[in-house]
Amino acid sequence: MKRYVQVIASHSEDGQVTPLAIKWEDGRTFDIDYVKEARRATSLKVGGTGIRYLVTVSGKDTYLFYENPKWFVEEKVVEMP
Amino acid sequence: MRRWILHVDQNSFYASCEQAEHPELRGKPLVVGGSEERRHGIVLARSLEAKRYGIVTAEALWQARNKCPDLIVRPANFRLYMKYSSLARRIYYDYTDLVEPFGPDEAWLDVTHSAYLNGGAEMIAQEISERIRSELGLSVSIGVSWNKVFAKFGSDYKKPDAITHINEDNYQQIVWQSPVRDLLYVGRATERKLHVLGIKTIGELANEPAETLLKCFGKVGGILQTFARGLDDSPVKAYDLESEGVNRIIKSYGNGLTAPHDISNPHDAKALIYMLSESVAQRLREGFVRARTISIGVRGNDLESYTRQTTLSMPTNSTSLVAEAAWQLLAANEALDDNHPLRSLSVRASDLSLISDPVQLSFWSDERVAARERLDNAIDDLRRRFGNTCIQRGIELYDDSLRQVDIKRDHVLHPVGFFYD
Repeated sequence: MKRYVQVIASHSEDGQVTPLAIKWEDGRTFDIDYVKEARRATSLKVGGTGIRYLVTVSGKDTYLFYENPKWFVEEKVVEMP
Repeated sequence: MRRWILHVDQNSFYASCEQAEHPELRGKPLVVGGSEERRHGIVLARSLEAKRYGIVTAEALWQARNKCPDLIVRPANFRLYMKYSSLARRIYYDYTDLVEPFGPDEAWLDVTHSAYLNGGAEMIAQEISERIRSELGLSVSIGVSWNKVFAKFGSDYKKPDAITHINEDNYQQIVWQSPVRDLLYVGRATERKLHVLGIKTIGELANEPAETLLKCFGKVGGILQTFARGLDDSPVKAYDLESEGVNRIIKSYGNGLTAPHDISNPHDAKALIYMLSESVAQRLREGFVRARTISIGVRGNDLESYTRQTTLSMPTNSTSLVAEAAWQLLAANEALDDNHPLRSLSVRASDLSLISDPVQLSFWSDERVAARERLDNAIDDLRRRFGNTCIQRGIELYDDSLRQVDIKRDHVLHPVGFFYD
């Protein structure tokens, strides 16, 4: 399933969008450490097409999609201990 | 100079868009169908899996279900398909500005001048195919050749997800051995006539004496032979990215509708004619043109159809004049009773001239014409601000089932044609 999430992002003067943090539905916030890649891609798991960000959150890589105007992840971002 | 033309064909486009958006539908027999309640219940597009069951485009959904009981029917979602169509087109524009769309799911690309930048035409074809798969989740088949007709042939030759290169060395084996029907613009009727002449393959068409073809088909015969010989030199015409590539020089405006129920009385017929004329005339005004020829298309519930047309003394874009002309055509040709109920009607306006073109006024010009134009403008303005159904004609309210139909908004036409010069 697509899980729509709240995202804090920076929008630069030239229109570049960089996600900074993901706010989970239970109120927790996960900072994005790096954006390793940003490109248009289809989600093979949940369908649709958007700008796919390969981001690192707490040391783990995950995909974050910007399907204008909503953001979604394909699964849980990270398991907290 | 040798050209490099690609023809990109998005396989099972509408159905593939549904599968790209809903991965759980991948690998399942699926069709996109019209609304059965509104009697548009036919197959519009099929997934690859549905094709295997022998389901064909335009058959009724119940027939399709008979062939495949597990068939998934998705309602048409044109906004989604247009989104994918325009995203695909944006990919093409990364390789060339010469992109000519042929409907929402096909396009020609002239990469003659950009091929060397990208490692050759075949490399571009491969890259486009891979990008469409990874970025949009769709598959394409691509034909590569030196002319548009063979490029199109190539994209049809092997499907899905294939690249076919038709070059000077292989066209006689690949294209010429194929049945004439596979050539662009050879339809059922032309095929039958060619068969009578003993022409079964594209190669035979290419080598037939030109006089025979000219005698049987006129000018078109010569064109078809040019196509078959690979001598088509028509350019790939560039279209504006912003207009989503559907804008060509517009030659006519038309709208048609299959009514929710058969039309068997003058009231319903008149209501539908007015609705269609309203949309056509509104689009004429938005395009800053007037039309001189008004035609109607009529399809009875026996599915037989015909068209009739009339020429006006003066070009017009007034709703009431378009509607009156269309109505007179219909009333002159149909009894509009239970003996021959009508299934669908269409209204078309052609022979266009710009609003700014001078118009020959008559000595006995009617004051009311100007008043009607002002009325039309006022209505257009209201509709622009509050939507197309905010103001309707009394006659349209006669038929309850038509009340919620917004012809102008719901019907985007995609002009498609090869011979548009």
